[in-house]
Amino acid sequence: MSLSPLQQELAISVVKVLVLFNALLGLFSGMTYVERRVLAFMQFRLGPNRTGPFGILQPIADGIKLFFKEELTPAGANKFLFVAAPALAVVTAFLAIAVVPYGGSVTLPRWGWMPDWLEGRRIVLQISDLDVGVLFLFAISSLGVYGIVMAGWAANNKYTLIGGLRSSAQMFSYELALGLSFVSLIMVAGSFRIHDIVDSQAGSILHWNALRQFPAFAVFLVAATAEVNRTPFDLPEAETELVAGFHTEYSSMRFALLQMAEYINMITASALAANLFLGGWHFGIPGVPDSPLWFIGKMLAFLFFFIWLRGTVPRFRYDQLMHFGWKVLVPVAMAWIFVAAGLVLWRQS
Amino acid sequence: MSPTLIQHALLLSLVLFAIGVVGVFLRRNVITVFMCVELMLNAVNLAFIAFSRAWGNLEGQVLVFFVLTVAAAEAAVGLAIIISIHRHKDTLDVDAFNIMKW
Amino acid sequence: MSLELFHAILFYAFAAAAVAAALVMVSQRNPTYSAFALIVTLVSLAGVFGLLGSTFIAVLQIVVYAGAIMVLFLFVLMLLNVRAEDRPPGGGRVFMLVAIALGAVLAGEVGSVLVAARTPLARPFDASARAVAHLLFEAQYLYVFEATSILILASLVGAIALAKRDPGP
Repeated sequence: MSLSPLQQELAISVVKVLVLFNALLGLFSGMTYVERRVLAFMQFRLGPNRTGPFGILQPIADGIKLFFKEELTPAGANKFLFVAAPALAVVTAFLAIAVVPYGGSVTLPRWGWMPDWLEGRRIVLQISDLDVGVLFLFAISSLGVYGIVMAGWAANNKYTLIGGLRSSAQMFSYELALGLSFVSLIMVAGSFRIHDIVDSQAGSILHWNALRQFPAFAVFLVAATAEVNRTPFDLPEAETELVAGFHTEYSSMRFALLQMAEYINMITASALAANLFLGGWHFGIPGVPDSPLWFIGKMLAFLFFFIWLRGTVPRFRYDQLMHFGWKVLVPVAMAWIFVAAGLVLWRQS
Repeated sequence: MSPTLIQHALLLSLVLFAIGVVGVFLRRNVITVFMCVELMLNAVNLAFIAFSRAWGNLEGQVLVFFVLTVAAAEAAVGLAIIISIHRHKDTLDVDAFNIMKW
Repeated sequence: MSLELFHAILFYAFAAAAVAAALVMVSQRNPTYSAFALIVTLVSLAGVFGLLGSTFIAVLQIVVYAGAIMVLFLFVLMLLNVRAEDRPPGGGRVFMLVAIALGAVLAGEVGSVLVAARTPLARPFDASARAVAHLLFEAQYLYVFEATSILILASLVGAIALAKRDPGP
């Protein structure tokens, strides 16, 4: 059958979406297990080790348990928004993955059994190669605030409302610092496309943005941890605080969706760190060919770093958190933008 | 991008603007009236972008950029005013602020 | 299926979502539902902007309008604990019909001019960030840009001054 160019592009995109979606779901369930085990070892105890050898089947057990729990809706809760909030959180979490590249481009080899529009076709390892890629990520993280606000408000509970407002205030405060840390990368690369930012780090490990633009990397680390509500910035959902924050009233699959949204956000933040600061799919030592494996390795290293942070650092109090975000991170990011702009102009002249 | 689609975009902008105008007439909560004004601003943004596409002129985009910025500034100040009048009278009904009537 | 048809389907989907959400916004009694409906309208409009070729402005619309201004609205609504508004006392029906009629007259007048005019062109252009930035920073809009930043500073100071509680005696 002959497909028009539009249909060819759509077919390739559908395959990419399916592959990436399933890979993310697998990574999410793997992350729940790995986090519990690694955190347990750091705290000098064993994690789950009963279900299956070394507890490997624990995510499956969790999934089955959550599936069969009763779905409670509080009385007086707004039913439509109560159900829509986890869905919105998950949708915005997955949308961000659409612009994250995980490799350069591959050219399909000519095997002879594929349709002729696929033979030798160059496929970019990214679902959608927007020319405003970094800005799109910023936009989607701004929309991620709404899932939390809706979840906190729709449950008709004072504590979830306060937890939701606190969490969303934290998220959009640190979003500003996050966006400002991207600005210096965009200036050096000269483009909003994530591919261009990754390619500006090609060559050697000394070209990586984590070394060349260290203040932006430091700001990004702190701001990304606050954006995904991870320790030390997880006060809005800590059990010792407002019960469980904005997801107190959620049970069963809706709770699982909210947890999925949080883990997928964490995975996106790690993927972004690997791409924008650690060189993406370039290895670092010249002569070694580029490969998506290096990207995956860096992303997994970052995920381990998030778990490591959780096991090591106590959490911030809320006013310390807001003070740090507005009065420390934003000025540091802005100062670095000026310095980076000066360096770019000096190099151009 | 066909020309009829641009004409339909302009019609969409008109419909949204008319809905915003009706909302400003009908609603009694100050914040909702403010949101209908924001809807009108967005309809105007859409008209700018559609015309910018029609003529191939980028100045429409620049104007939308400025409308976005000014709308943000206006929303901040407007909401601050709403907070202070709520603190004064504890209601958000537009008809309650009538002490300057004769 | 051609690209034109695909564009048309996407455009009508976004347009229908925008109009439906705008109608929900105007008719809902609880202002928080209206705020969420306005967010849907804003995101649909951003989709339409993207279809019209302005990806940069589309993303900026989501970042600024849907991501910042509406969060501000939602915060004020939730902190002021706004309840659903009641029906106005007496005579509400006639007023509502007259208002809707006036809106329809406005739409009809401008719409008739729009439909009677010749269909617009569709000149291709490059609305990338670089092109818009050239106009903003190097061509004639630099002064306006700097004046806008002073405007934002003024609104920032004004908003803080207005919303501050008076320190007690």
